[in-house]
Amino acid sequence: MKRYWDIFSKGLVLENPIFVLALSLCPALAVTTSVVNALTMGLTVTFVISMNNLIVSIFRNWVNPKVRVPIYITSIATIVTVAELLLKAFAPLLYKELGIYLSLVVVFAIILARAEVFASKNRPVPSFIDGFGMGAGFTLAMLIVGVIRELFGNGTILGYTVLGSWYPPALIFIMAPGAFILIGYLVGAWNIWSARIEKAKGERGETI
Amino acid sequence: MSEYLLLFMGAVVINNFVLTRFLGLCIFFGVSKNYDASAGMGMAVTAVITISSVFAWLAYNYILVPLNVTFLTTIVFVLLIASFVQMLEMIVKKYTPNLHKMWGIYLLLIATNCVVLGVPLLNVESGFNLAKSVVNAFGSGVGFALAIVLMASCREKLRLANVPKSLDGLGVAFIIAGCLALSFLGFSGMIK
Repeated sequence: MKRYWDIFSKGLVLENPIFVLALSLCPALAVTTSVVNALTMGLTVTFVISMNNLIVSIFRNWVNPKVRVPIYITSIATIVTVAELLLKAFAPLLYKELGIYLSLVVVFAIILARAEVFASKNRPVPSFIDGFGMGAGFTLAMLIVGVIRELFGNGTILGYTVLGSWYPPALIFIMAPGAFILIGYLVGAWNIWSARIEKAKGERGETI
Repeated sequence: MSEYLLLFMGAVVINNFVLTRFLGLCIFFGVSKNYDASAGMGMAVTAVITISSVFAWLAYNYILVPLNVTFLTTIVFVLLIASFVQMLEMIVKKYTPNLHKMWGIYLLLIATNCVVLGVPLLNVESGFNLAKSVVNAFGSGVGFALAIVLMASCREKLRLANVPKSLDGLGVAFIIAGCLALSFLGFSGMIK
């Protein structure tokens, strides 16, 4: 159980896909203008990355290493299309707002990277958990960015007014430059936080 | 004619793919540490986007639409572009080894990249005809090249600066990109 927790939790902080690995940044900036969008995107990516890890891991012994990348891409593209069609059917408004960024989940480096680094070498259950952990880390990062941008840029969270009429919304948070600058500082904060975690682990004598 | 010129300028500065639409950020932050590499990457991306948008347009309008399978757009575009880039790499390697030395590595990096996939998808979504698709793709490529070269110049100067340890590297790169995006925001409203 502990082993599975370790596989799951490394995606959350120490190998956070957005703040540490700096992979799949495009959506982190593009769709985090509101919490709902950020959450939808995060859940979609979690779904795609865990399913893809599962499938790649199940078929890992039948795939010829020479053609592995095209096969991974086809598998990812299929799962993304499934997710797209599901969203289109059940949440058409969200589907419209996410627009092409939803299709672009196909080329997220993080998904291909996990398939290549982890799922192609491990059994299905750990692979699924690894994908789920990475997805959760991604969703967490998206939520942090989404909450800050919606709160300061619009004065609301999930559409409910939080900061009253005394707060003039700082539009820059919703616009492109604000996203870049905010992520810059969040990366800095993340570096400080994970350095603390590693230090604490080192003091307890655990290997990282 | 002026319509196409406006489309081109719009794609280069106003709807700059990196700084206002956040596409291609992985390459943008990954490669911009080095000025020469950035210039090479900018050119390679421009060439690949322009040509692959032609293929994507043809595939969409002559295969996907007549067969009524537009829900397969994502899969088809990804495979089409990835195989096209691989093919281009082989052709360049065989016929112009010098060019391959300069570009080869970038070609492989952009085989599956958001900016290269995003432009054809946006073209299809906006319902552009072939000429407009090509102009838009070329403009987007030039915009990408402009952004990455500007970024690389800033980051080369940054080596001499004293950056706080936690922001060093990626953090400060984002903040610079934010400042660049802020200045590009000045172009918005230039063309209605």
